Amino acid sequence: MIGTAQNELKDRLLTFRHGVHPEEFKELSNHQRIERMPFVEEYILPLLQHIGAPSKPLVHKGQRVRRGDMVAEPGSFVSVALHTPVDGTVTDVGLYGHPNGQMLPAIRIKADPFSTQQLDQPPQRQPEELSKAEFIAAIQQAGIVGLGGAAFPAHVKFNIPEDKPCRHLMLNGCECEPFLTCDHRVMVEYAEELIDGTRILQRFVQAEKVSIAIEANKPDAVIALREASSRAGFPMEVVPLKVKYPQGAEKMMISAILGEEVPAGKLPIDVGVLVSNVGTIVALSQYFRQSQPLVERVITVTGTAVRRPANVLVPLGTPMRDLVEFCGGVTEAATRILLGGPMMGIVQKSLDTPVVKGTSGILVLTEREVQDIDTFSCIRCGRCLEACPLFLNPARLGLLARKGLWDDMEDYNALDCFECGSCSYVCPSGIPLVQSIKIGKAMIRERK
Amino acid sequence: MVDKPKITISTSPFLHDQVTTPRIMWELAYTLVPILMAAVYYFGLSALLVSAASIAGCLVTEYYLGKKGPLGNPLRDGSALVTGLLLALTLPPGFPLWMAFVGGVVAIGMGKLIWGGLGQNVFNPALVGRAFLQAAFPTAITTWEPPDGRYLGLRGTNLAPPFYQGEPVDALSTATPLAEMKFNQEPAALADLLLGNISGSLGETCGLLLILACLYLIARRIINWRIPAGILATVAVFSGIVYLFEPGRYPSPGFMLLAGGLLLGTVYMATDPVSSPLSPRGVWIYSIGIGLLVVLIRIWGGLPEGVMYAILLMNAATPLINRFVRPRVYGY
Repeated sequence: MIGTAQNELKDRLLTFRHGVHPEEFKELSNHQRIERMPFVEEYILPLLQHIGAPSKPLVHKGQRVRRGDMVAEPGSFVSVALHTPVDGTVTDVGLYGHPNGQMLPAIRIKADPFSTQQLDQPPQRQPEELSKAEFIAAIQQAGIVGLGGAAFPAHVKFNIPEDKPCRHLMLNGCECEPFLTCDHRVMVEYAEELIDGTRILQRFVQAEKVSIAIEANKPDAVIALREASSRAGFPMEVVPLKVKYPQGAEKMMISAILGEEVPAGKLPIDVGVLVSNVGTIVALSQYFRQSQPLVERVITVTGTAVRRPANVLVPLGTPMRDLVEFCGGVTEAATRILLGGPMMGIVQKSLDTPVVKGTSGILVLTEREVQDIDTFSCIRCGRCLEACPLFLNPARLGLLARKGLWDDMEDYNALDCFECGSCSYVCPSGIPLVQSIKIGKAMIRERK
Repeated sequence: MVDKPKITISTSPFLHDQVTTPRIMWELAYTLVPILMAAVYYFGLSALLVSAASIAGCLVTEYYLGKKGPLGNPLRDGSALVTGLLLALTLPPGFPLWMAFVGGVVAIGMGKLIWGGLGQNVFNPALVGRAFLQAAFPTAITTWEPPDGRYLGLRGTNLAPPFYQGEPVDALSTATPLAEMKFNQEPAALADLLLGNISGSLGETCGLLLILACLYLIARRIINWRIPAGILATVAVFSGIVYLFEPGRYPSPGFMLLAGGLLLGTVYMATDPVSSPLSPRGVWIYSIGIGLLVVLIRIWGGLPEGVMYAILLMNAATPLINRFVRPRVYGY
C-alpha cells in the first residue's frame, strides 16, 4: 500500500518555483508513535504564547486549579485564553524566562502529585448549534492558535470578512522543516479528528473546496488521510507536493496548488484561500467533541544530540529540561539547542524555559550539522537568487545591509522577505544573508 | 585560555549546503586537468612549461599581495590557480615563459587584486592577463606552432630571456583555422577541430574535451547553464544566417562553434560568476551579447578571433545589467 503511494508520488508533483533541498533528518523520529509526556512537578505558563496582546491572568497565588480551567482570559480581540494543563496550585504570577529570550509574566503552577489528571470540564455546545460569531468566540475561549509555529490566534484567522468568500480551505501538512515530524505523526495518528475538525471549520467558512497539502516524503500520511476522508464521507483532496523547502510557507503552498500568487501585502484570503496547520484543526475537534481546550500539543524532540528522539504529546508549560530528560537527555556532543526547525528555529541558551503553544520542536544539534562555514566575498554566483522563493535578490540585499543602505533595501523589497533562510543555506561563500536582511527589516521598520 | 562555550548562540538557518566557494574553484581546477593533458599531448613539454609559468605568476602575486582569506593562506581558495591555468590555456605553445609569468602577475594583480580581491573584479582576471599580453606582445601571442608529435622538444620562443622576444628554435609556425578561414576562406575539417589536431592556443584546440567539461560543470551546477546555452545558440543562429548568404565566403556555424577560443571562453571565462550578471534574465542578455559580439568581430572585425573582447565587453556591461534587470518579486 505504501509502495503504491510512493510510486504515485514519484509522478510529477506540484510545487513552487525556486527553493532548496536540505538534508531531511526526518528518519530520526518519523516512525516514532506519539507518546504522552507524564506529568511533572511544576509548570510555567507564559501569558504571551501567541501573536497579539498577552492574556490577562484570572488566578491568584495559592488558588487551586483543575486541568482545563481557564487561568487567563484574552487580553484583546487579537489574543486568546490560557488554560492549565494540570490539577494543582498556583504558586506564583511573575516574571519567568520565555523561549523568545525575554523575561515575561507567567503563571507558575505546582502540579497536584496525587491527582489522576483527568480532564473534567463541562461539555461544549456542539458546533452545529453555533452561529458564526459564537463559533469564533468559542475558539478564542478555547485558547486555540496556529500550531504551525507562528501561533497566530485561530479565531482571528478564521473570522473571514463577509466580502471575501473562502473558495478554498487548504490544510497545511507540508512540514518542510528538516527534522520535524510532529505534523506528520498527527496526520497519521489523528486522521479522524483532523477530518472532523476540517468538517467543523468548513461549515463556518463555507469553503467550496477542501484540500490538504502533504510533502511526498510522508506517504503514510497521504494514505491515512485518503482513507479517513472516504470513511467519513467527507470530500477532501489530499495533494502530495514535492519535497522542497519552504514548501510549507503559505504563499509557496498556494503557488504550488493553485499556480496563483498572493499579491504583495495581501493575505491568502484575498485570493480566496484559507490555510491552516493540521495540528490546529485537530485542536478544534478536540475542543468541541472532547471539551478539551488547548492544554497540550505534539512536539518533536529530536536532533543528533538527543538520545531518544520522539514525538511527544506535551502539556503546555512543561519545562523543556523535563521534556528532553523524558527523551533520554542530550549527549556530550550537544552544541546547539533550537526551538522549531533548523531553517527558521530560534536558538535557546538553556533548557530552562517552558514549552509554549508555538513550540513545534526541540532540536539539539551537534557540531557536525551546525558547522559554521567560512565567510568569503560574494562571488555573485546567483545561487541565492535561484533559491529565494519570493524571487528577491538576497546577494544585493546582503550587500546593502552591510553598507547600512536601508532605503535601498526597502526599494529591493526587503520587507517582503519572510526569512525562510534559503539564501543563507545555499550561499557558497557562507555569507549570513537572511541574517543581514532581518537586521535591515528591523531598521526599515524602526525608521517608519 | 578561555574555554570555547559548549552551547553556542546564533540565528537560523543552521544547516548549510555542501557547496562552498573554495570547492567551486577546486572543482573547476580539476576539470581543467584533462584539457591541460590534451595540450601536453598535442604540444609536448612546451604546454607544461607555459602553464607552469603562468600559474607561477598568478600564485606568487596572490600569495604576496592577496588578502588573507578565512583559510589564512590566500592561495587555499583555489581561485588564483584557476586563473593561472585558464590564462595558460589561452596562450600559444611557443610563447616565451617570462611573458606567460608576467601575464599571470597582471591577471591577478590588475585583473583581481586592485579591485579588492576575490569577488570584487569587473573583468575576468585570466582575460585581463591575456588582453595585456595581446597589447604588449602582439607578435609572440599570434605565432602558432602546430601539433607535431614531439613531446620533449621545446617550441617557438619558450626560452626567450626576460625582456626579449627571442629567436624561434624552429621556424615552424602556421595560421590558426580562424585565420585560415578569415584570410584564405579555407575552413578546417570539423573532425580536427573536435579532436584538437590543429594549431591554436593550448586549451582551445580540443573541442570535444571542452564540450564534455561543459556538460559536467553544468550537471554539477558549478556553472550557469544559461551562459553556454545563450552564447552557443546565438553564435550558431547569427553565423548561420550570415553563412546562408554566401556559404563559400563565410564560415559555417559548425566551424564557428568549434574553431578558436569560443568553447574555452564560453565554458570557463564567460561563466565566471564574479563577472557575469546575477539574475537569470540578466544572464540571458549577457550571453546573447557575447554571442553577437563574437560573430561581429570574427566576420567583420580586423582580427580573426573575437571571443576575448566579446567577453570583456559584456563583463563591462554586467554592473549595468545587474542594475537594470531586476527579478520580478513574488506577488508584484
